[in-house]
Amino acid sequence: MAEVPSPWGDAVLAATLLAIDPAGAGGACLHALPGPVRDRWLEALRALLPPGTPWRRVPAGIADGRLLGGLDLAATLRAGRPVAERGLLAEADGGIILLAMAERLGPGTAARLAAVQDTGRVAAERDGLALRADARLGVVALDEGIGPEEAPPAALLDRLAFRLDLTPLRAGEAPLPPVQDLAAARALLPAVTAGADVLEALCGTALALGIGSLRAPLLALRVARAAAALAGRAAVTEVEPALAARRVLGPRATQLPAAEPPEPEPPPPEDQPPPEDTPPPPPPEAEALQDILLAAAAASMPAGLLNQLRLAGGPGRASAPGKAGQQKQSPKRGRPIGSRAGALRGGSRLALVETLRAAAPWQRLRGATSGRLAIRPEDLRILRFREKSETATIFVVDASGSAALNRLAEAKGAVELLLADCYIRRDKVALIAFRGTTAELLLPPTNSLVRAKRSLAGLPGGGGTPMAAALDQALLLAEAIRRRGQTPLVVLLTDGRANVARDGKGGRPRAEAEAHEAARACRAARLTGLLVDTSPRPQEAGRRLAAEMGARYLPLPMADAATLSQAVRSTGSQAMRGAGR
Amino acid sequence: MSGRPAFPFSAIVGQDEMKLAILVAAVDPGIGGVLVFGDRGTGKSTAVRALAALLPEIPVVDGCPYRCDPSDDRMLCPDCRSRRAGGPLPGHLSPVAVVDLPLGATEDRVVGALDIQRALAHGEKAFEPGLLARANRGFLYIDEANLLEDHLVDLLLDVAASGENVVEREGLSIRHPARFVLVGSGNPEEGELRPQLLDRFGLSVEVATPQDLPSRIEVIRRRDRFDRDPAGFLAAWSDAEAMLRSRILAARARLGAIEVPEAALERAARLCMALGTDGLRGELTLIRAARALTAFEGGDAVDDAALRRVAPPALRHRLRRNPLDEAVSTTRVERAVQELFGV
Repeated sequence: MAEVPSPWGDAVLAATLLAIDPAGAGGACLHALPGPVRDRWLEALRALLPPGTPWRRVPAGIADGRLLGGLDLAATLRAGRPVAERGLLAEADGGIILLAMAERLGPGTAARLAAVQDTGRVAAERDGLALRADARLGVVALDEGIGPEEAPPAALLDRLAFRLDLTPLRAGEAPLPPVQDLAAARALLPAVTAGADVLEALCGTALALGIGSLRAPLLALRVARAAAALAGRAAVTEVEPALAARRVLGPRATQLPAAEPPEPEPPPPEDQPPPEDTPPPPPPEAEALQDILLAAAAASMPAGLLNQLRLAGGPGRASAPGKAGQQKQSPKRGRPIGSRAGALRGGSRLALVETLRAAAPWQRLRGATSGRLAIRPEDLRILRFREKSETATIFVVDASGSAALNRLAEAKGAVELLLADCYIRRDKVALIAFRGTTAELLLPPTNSLVRAKRSLAGLPGGGGTPMAAALDQALLLAEAIRRRGQTPLVVLLTDGRANVARDGKGGRPRAEAEAHEAARACRAARLTGLLVDTSPRPQEAGRRLAAEMGARYLPLPMADAATLSQAVRSTGSQAMRGAGR
Repeated sequence: MSGRPAFPFSAIVGQDEMKLAILVAAVDPGIGGVLVFGDRGTGKSTAVRALAALLPEIPVVDGCPYRCDPSDDRMLCPDCRSRRAGGPLPGHLSPVAVVDLPLGATEDRVVGALDIQRALAHGEKAFEPGLLARANRGFLYIDEANLLEDHLVDLLLDVAASGENVVEREGLSIRHPARFVLVGSGNPEEGELRPQLLDRFGLSVEVATPQDLPSRIEVIRRRDRFDRDPAGFLAAWSDAEAMLRSRILAARARLGAIEVPEAALERAARLCMALGTDGLRGELTLIRAARALTAFEGGDAVDDAALRRVAPPALRHRLRRNPLDEAVSTTRVERAVQELFGV
């Protein structure tokens, strides 16, 4: 009975629960590369849904007209009057939408989806039409992100009950599950009751795990109900909340429960009880239940996370990356992000289909003969672009013991100063800190000044100087930023003396050699950089490292506020020119 | 096409400052709207969507798409003005509009455009009013305000400043009144809001998820009950909603009679000077909000207690941004209040 379920068994169970109540559970985030395992899971989910359930795939970068609905160009031209077309979301009412490459989903699209999930309907005011349609649906986000900085938008993740990681599974480990008929469970679901203790235990567990959003316990409650319905029970027993805590709360944990972290023990049995019904166990006190739930949730926290959290020692650090912010818009370059009415001048580019769409309803009125379109200047739509050359500044801050002694506070001050500058220029910032034996990405690229300041304030000092690890990390992040079409700029604040090698061992000569090697790798990658030497007296070590990196060198004693920000700005524009080549 | 009914306002657990700000804005729409910024899953949009049910009905000219006020001759649309010349305007009571501006809305739907159907069917050049017309004398709600596209923000700022929507497109030349209260919500982690837009909001509140277990449980309990039986839940809360509505109504009636003593005016001025807020808007908002609060709570004259309570929402978004000051705006306001008003 009490066997540890395999990751695949877990994933199949999640699919089953999602298939019982897609809109209630919100959906699932499926972290996997495209391949047979992911296909198998999707196939399983589809087989579990009633025949004919809508199943729509939303491509990355979908246009608003297709997502929310708008004017049907062909039908409008044919009919000579405006004809509306339903969007994907309305078409998927009662079913599932698949978000391809969810890690690339923009904050705008995520916000539109969030509004639909919250209200159960899609509202669009587009192309002269006001459209309202029901859209109760489950979302399956296909996340192909690799690093921690590539993740679906937090606003979306917050609304999906399940987070599944299928990356470690091989095709052989993922057999197609037997087909189940869930009609009985679906019919039972509205009548399933949950006691006050269940609700209290789920809320308590979420709080103990440092989960801020109240959607998490609510989703867990719904999942518990679906599980009870699956087991043919009219009331939630203690089994289902544990199951829900494991699937819904565990993966969201940002801290360990205050008490001794419970050992990941075998989770409670989750075989479906035989239909003849063993009498459900009596509901325990909410607190006892909460302990069970915490244990269950701990089992689903990734092992890496546990360690990481222990090190970070508290909430607030492991927040999900908010990838968002204002897009820089440029009239001519970048990725098209929509269109607007406007005249074709100054090199702006015509949005052909949008222009036709604007002109279509008028054709009969304008007396257009068949085969010829009458287009007027007011129909013209021009493309809007997101400018590619947004800068993302990576701050690599030395928080080692020597730096702490010297001037960590000043370094922090300098970073804050630069943050203010980045804020004005709407740049993204990222923060890497290195101390002890490793370098840690404290903040993935973000526009949020608030978050940057928060993670900087919480930066402790002490330990060795693992310079090579820091530079490696910076290079990795810079490369990810480049892949996203932005221009990375590395600002390294250090007193320049590496004494910890990549493998975490001390020893100055080897550490220094490795640091120089990492620095040369940065130069080879044509990374634009600035090294701010924070040592009390400018050191030869810092200058040498800057030279190896191909970075500008700026000793802090001479760097007052103005010089510092001037230096970053000029280095930044140099980076932009470099990107333009 | 039913859509879910809105969660009742009185059933929202905690979030006192947000509720206070929304109620104050409901008592005196002239304060200029509310911006709610905060964490995910705190009920920001729930609270705003619940606002519609609380607002008392207003008199509206029969058949006017801009919902003109029959008793206010200064704010009539051109059509109503010409009808007014022929005698008093017929009117009826109608709920205050709370218009959603969905993300992805196109400009033509926001400002209005030529009515294509009528143009095609009858060859008439008629104006089809947009969202701004529907929102006249009501509320315009932007969820995720920081994700609104730039050209729409420009447009809203322009209309909000002039109180008038001017449409010059597709051979139309129309101007109509568009006085609305902006209500926005958003998450600061998704990016900052433009200062110009920030300034359009009378009050701004910051919300966070409750951290105490009992209120978290209560939130989930109510939400779950609502989800499972919306009609029953609404019925159970209808008394509380009705009571709140009549309190707002009473407060509106008393608003003109609330006294603002010289001392309170001076306090407000000093507070704004101490904080270095730009312009007079902060001061005006502070006084108006305090007056609305006093009316809502049944007082007769604005006192220090009222000023203290509304100072953070009225002023925190008007401080000149100093990215280096670690203190959040709220703390700065509270500090200044403390220094000025004493303990």
